[in-house]
Parts: sequence; structure tokens; C-alpha cells
Amino acid sequence: MYKIITKKELNPTVTQMEIYAPLVANKAQPGQFIILRVDESGERIPLTVAGVNKTEGTVKIIFQIVGATTFKLNQKAEGEFIEDFVGPLGEPTHIAGLKKVCIIGGGVGCAIAMPVAEALHNAGADVTSIIGFRNKDLVILENEFNACSNRLFIMTDDGSYGTQGNVCAPLNEMLASGEHFDMIITIGPLVMMKFVVEAARPYNVPVTVSMNPIMIDGTGMCGGCRLTLNVDGKKVTKFACVDGPDFNGYEVDFDEAMSRGRMYSDFERHAYESACNLFKKGGM
Amino acid sequence: MAINPKKHEMPNQEPLVRARNFDEVALGYSEEIAIAEAERCITCKNQPCVSGCPVNIDIPNFISKIKDGKFQDAYNVISLSSSLPAVCGRVCPQETQCESKCTLGIKFEPVGIGRLERFVADWHNQNSKELPQKAESNGHKVAIVGSGPSGLTCAGDLAKSGYDVTVFEALHLAGGVLVYGIPEFRLPKPIVAKEVDTLKSLGVKIETNVVIGKTLTIDELFDMGFESVFIGSGAGLPNFMGIPGESLKGVYSANEFLTRSNLMKSYLQTPETPIMKGGKVAVVGGGNVAMDAARTALRLGADKVYIVYRRSMDELPARKEEVEHAIEEGIDFKLLNNPVEILGYNNPDNPRDEKNGFVTGMKCIKMELGEPDERGRRRPVEIPNSEFTLDVDTVIISIGTSPNPLIKNTTDNLEVNRWGGIVVTEDGLTSREGVYAGGDAVTGAATVISAMGAGKTAAKAIDEYLKNK
Repeated sequence: MYKIITKKELNPTVTQMEIYAPLVANKAQPGQFIILRVDESGERIPLTVAGVNKTEGTVKIIFQIVGATTFKLNQKAEGEFIEDFVGPLGEPTHIAGLKKVCIIGGGVGCAIAMPVAEALHNAGADVTSIIGFRNKDLVILENEFNACSNRLFIMTDDGSYGTQGNVCAPLNEMLASGEHFDMIITIGPLVMMKFVVEAARPYNVPVTVSMNPIMIDGTGMCGGCRLTLNVDGKKVTKFACVDGPDFNGYEVDFDEAMSRGRMYSDFERHAYESACNLFKKGGM
Repeated sequence: MAINPKKHEMPNQEPLVRARNFDEVALGYSEEIAIAEAERCITCKNQPCVSGCPVNIDIPNFISKIKDGKFQDAYNVISLSSSLPAVCGRVCPQETQCESKCTLGIKFEPVGIGRLERFVADWHNQNSKELPQKAESNGHKVAIVGSGPSGLTCAGDLAKSGYDVTVFEALHLAGGVLVYGIPEFRLPKPIVAKEVDTLKSLGVKIETNVVIGKTLTIDELFDMGFESVFIGSGAGLPNFMGIPGESLKGVYSANEFLTRSNLMKSYLQTPETPIMKGGKVAVVGGGNVAMDAARTALRLGADKVYIVYRRSMDELPARKEEVEHAIEEGIDFKLLNNPVEILGYNNPDNPRDEKNGFVTGMKCIKMELGEPDERGRRRPVEIPNSEFTLDVDTVIISIGTSPNPLIKNTTDNLEVNRWGGIVVTEDGLTSREGVYAGGDAVTGAATVISAMGAGKTAAKAIDEYLKNK
């Protein structure tokens, strides 16, 4: 059992928790993920590590309430326990040697992008951050990004905060004006990452994307998280849990990943609705 | 009295009933049948059955205890050699091991050793309240990586010799392949839990949710005071065929399909972890795992389940009993067929059509057997222009696994072979001092009992190593 040390609502659909898991806290690096189960019958879901506190032995997770499991997780209060918490899994984001980097986060993906930006900043890199949200109410981690970015662009789809537009707009402008980045690191919805790759392609800027496919064990056993990469014209199967979650954005077959991500959308919709209904009836 | 030439039949659930439930297929011998079967043993002098057992159970001895109706004594004999008798009695391929050596088997059917072992273990679990005694501690700490059959066996043997043993398990539940891989109807999970509890009462500690190679490394285990480590991390990543369509929705590895059903209990009425149920299912492969996947699919409610295998019935690597059970239950064996492409739905007019990307069929080509290969198995050869499409909604690929890279990548100087399996000596010693390994992490996919044998061998070697250190 793993204790919830702190819980904070970042916006109406996104919650931050710090979980007591000293072995994980001791090892976790930006870009890695954990797998948790809320209760004994729960499903295993992967969440990327949003920060650690080694002295306190805690791991920070930030999650959006999108389905039955994240709904149940959000019902847990500070001081309560979750059943399982395992990690750190996956490979850390490679940041060594990067001098000038553009970090692009979308929605709750910003929670994962932030520790990467922070690590780069601490390593002395020049960090440009672009973070995008649907609207003002959904903006998270603005102060944190401000603290570790040389430049910060906040974008909203409806213009209710920051600049109206998507994350590619400032990127396009910078690239078109001749600005160079050693690397673009992007984390967010698949379709956003796909567009970031397309924006960067004419300028040959390397792009790292963080993939978050459906997983079960997360340790390289089930193969559910497989992706297809196009490497030098050849299709290669990779596993996000052990080979990733970061991949070269130019190689990822995004259309396939998007399709696979919808494999259980029907089931998930029903599960979410019944979890909400159960809660309304006071059953949880 | 003349010897009954045939084994006493195992009472089974009726095929058409069991094909729709997850209850255990084989119901087990009664006391009377067990005694009658035990009496078929002629107590021959040279005891060839013992050498056929990877953990060398004193088979004639436990059988003679059954003859006398002393079932607890029989259990005590088995448990001297095996830490998981209720498991082995169910999943061991006895027909190629102990029973294949049985003297009675020269003229008649061999003694049903596996069925008797299962009877004894179940009798013990139902009737004995006695907890095994903890051995006196010798003060030495040993870490075991993985709680599958090799790890549990190694842990049990070391604990019985007084070692302070901790087992690290990556998943949330102990048992490894016994809980995520082998289905409920072949190995009920309470039986695995019971065997794990027995080990705990011997003093074995089990730490779940620890991934060695990630949460902790092998070197850190030594820093923590463990003096020796056994790696029983099991088989790794599932292999795929490399044909078009393997990433369509509805294509599973057998590992994923079985893990969803077994470990995550997707077979329940209202599961939290989803699985595709019903429709028509093709399982590609011919091993025990393929049989498990096919029979699980049937129980989940499939209308039709095919086994697609590129060789013929004679080459099918699965246990005969499992194949027979599968046929009885109505699994359709499409032999001498090889998949060439998995086909998916695609509505060109509507990219948002929810059916897009789901499996609609599998294109196969017919095969014939050609010349034998280096292992003596006749090589399957494609018959030109014999392609046809099998109408299916789900495809489960069960063509083996490749070793897991996590430990190899984080342990310096740990030698692996070109397939990624850990290289060990006969005693299970790896290229690192004090580090032993066994089971699928070494051999690639094999049987539960061979993994147990490796765990046993390593336990003995670890004991000698630490005694002489």
C-alpha cells in the first residue's frame, strides 16, 4: 500500500498527488513513468513521473480525470492509500549535451514536460517552453514553467489566456526566422505531437516525442504497448515500456498509435460512466 | 490380481460445459481411485521414474504411502523435493518425464504419477492444518528475482536450509507465469496462492512491485547485504511474425491476452481491465501457450476459435492432453497453414468510422511438409497460390518470446547469448560471482517443471557457495 502524502487540484480535471514510494523516488528521472492500481480489483495504468522528492521519499504524479481509474484515484484523499505503485519504468529522457531546447507540452502532457524542462534548465541549457491548453481554466504549471524557461509561450485554443492558437504557431515563427534548436521535446496528445513533427521537418530539427500507449505490466512482458517505427524505410516494432517512452518523432507511426489508442474506447466510456454513477449513488 | 493395463481416468468436466466456464477442467482423483492407481505401481527395483523427474521426487516412495492410505506421509515425501506439488501435479508434462520412464509403461499405460501427485497435494491442502516449520536461521541473505516457478522453488529450498530469502516480484501479485499466464481452468489461482503462503510460513519474504533492473539493480541488492542473487525473471517480450496488420486493433500477443484474462481478471462479468470477447478468434502457434489462449478465448464467449499452425498435428509442440482437451471443447485446428497478412476494416469515405482499424480477417497460405531441418522436424513449405482468408475478429499471436532486456541492460559483466538468454554453468552460475539464474530467463520459453529444476539446482549451488565463502 502506498500513501497519498499530498493532493492538490491543478484545475477542475487535473489533479496532482505526491505518493510515498521511496524506492521509486530514489531512482526516477525525468521522462520515466510508474504504473499504479488504485485498489485490489483495479486496472494497471501508466502515469509519467512529474517530479520526485528524494528526502521525503515521494513521487509526484499529475493526472487528468479521463476514465474510471483516474476517476477513482481522484476520489482518494490525502492520507489514504493506493494499492500498487511500481517504477520507475522506461528510459529517462536523454538530455545530456543539449544546449538549446524547445519544450512543447499540450494539456496534461505539460506535467511530464515540466520536469524535463527543469532538468535541462538545471543542466544549463537554454530552454524555450511552449505550453498549450484548450482554455484558461485548464492552464497548469505556469509558474513552474516560468521558473525554468528562458522564454515561455502560453497558448490557448480559444484565446481566453495567453495567445490564441496552437503550440505549432510560435514554433513555426521561430523556425521560420532562422532560430536553431538542438532538440525539440514534445509531450501531449498524439495529434499535437504529430503536427510538431511536421512543423519541424522542413528545418531538420530533431524531435523527441513521449508516447503513452495502453500498457499492462510495463516491464516488457505483454507487448500491448507496441508501436511501429519507420527506420530507414523499414518497419520496426518497438515497445514503449522498455524501449521508450521517448522516441524519435520522425520515425513514429502516429496514425497507427492513434488508432490503437482507441481500441477500448467503447469499454472505457461505459466504465467511466458507471464509475461516476456509482459515486453519485454513494456506492464508492 | 492382474494389473489394470490402463491408467484410471481423470474425472473431467464435460467438454461442452467446461468450454463455457473458467472452473478447473480436471476434477482430481478420489481417495479410492488414488489408492487403486497407486496399486498399479509394481515397485520395480531400478526406479527409472525418479530420473525422469527434473526435481527427482522419490516417486515409488510416495506412491507406496498412497497404497497404505497414508496421504500426509506421501505429501511429506514429495515436499522434500518439490516446493510446488499442487502446481506440478497439474501442469507438468509427465508423459515426457517421469511417466515416460515407467517400467509398467513398456507393456501397458504407465502409472498416473502426475495425477497421484496432484491428489496428494490437494489432499494435504484440504486436510492438513499443519504449517511447515521454519528452519533455524543461518544468517545469510539471498535475493530472488521473480516469483515464478524457478524463483519460488529456489526460495523454498534455500529457506528450508535456513537462509533469509527475499523474493522481488515486478507485478502486484506473486506467482509469475503461474498467475499471469496459465489460466484458471488449468491451474486455479487459489492453489498458487496456497503454495506461496506455504513458502511464506517457511520464512520467505515476498516484495511485490519491485522491478529488478529498474527499481533496484543486481548490484544494489549486494549493497543491501544480499550475499547471493538468483535471477528467475522469466521469458520476456512476445515475438511477432513481422507480417502486415499486426498492429491492428484486435491483435494480441498471447502474453497480453492471457495477462488480461488471468492476472487482471477480464473474464469477470464487470472487469476493470477490458479484453475483446466473442466473435471469431484465430490463435497463431502450436505450443501450450497457444492452447491456453485458444481455450481462454472460447471461455470468454468466442463463437469460433481456430488454432493456426504451419506444421501438422505430429509436430504440434503442445502437450497431447492439452491438444485433446482443446479438440474436445471444439477448437478448430487449421494445420499446415501460415498467416501472411492480417486484414483490417477501412472505410475510405469516413476516417472517423469507429470500425476503422479493427481486424476483419487473416490471410493464410497453405503449407506442406518438406525435408527435415537440422532438428529433424520436417520443414513446412508454402504451396504456391493457395492463399485464403480466414474470417476472424481477433488474432492472438503465440509464437514465443525473446528474453527481457531490463536486467541485462543494468548489470555489468552479465554474459548473455546471442538470443539474449543469460549464460549459466550447469550449476546455474552466471558470469558474475554469486549471481545465479534459471528458468526461461536462461532457456527461453520452456516448462514450469524445467524452471523448477533450474531453481532447485541453483539453490543447491548457492548453498555450497555461501557455505564455502
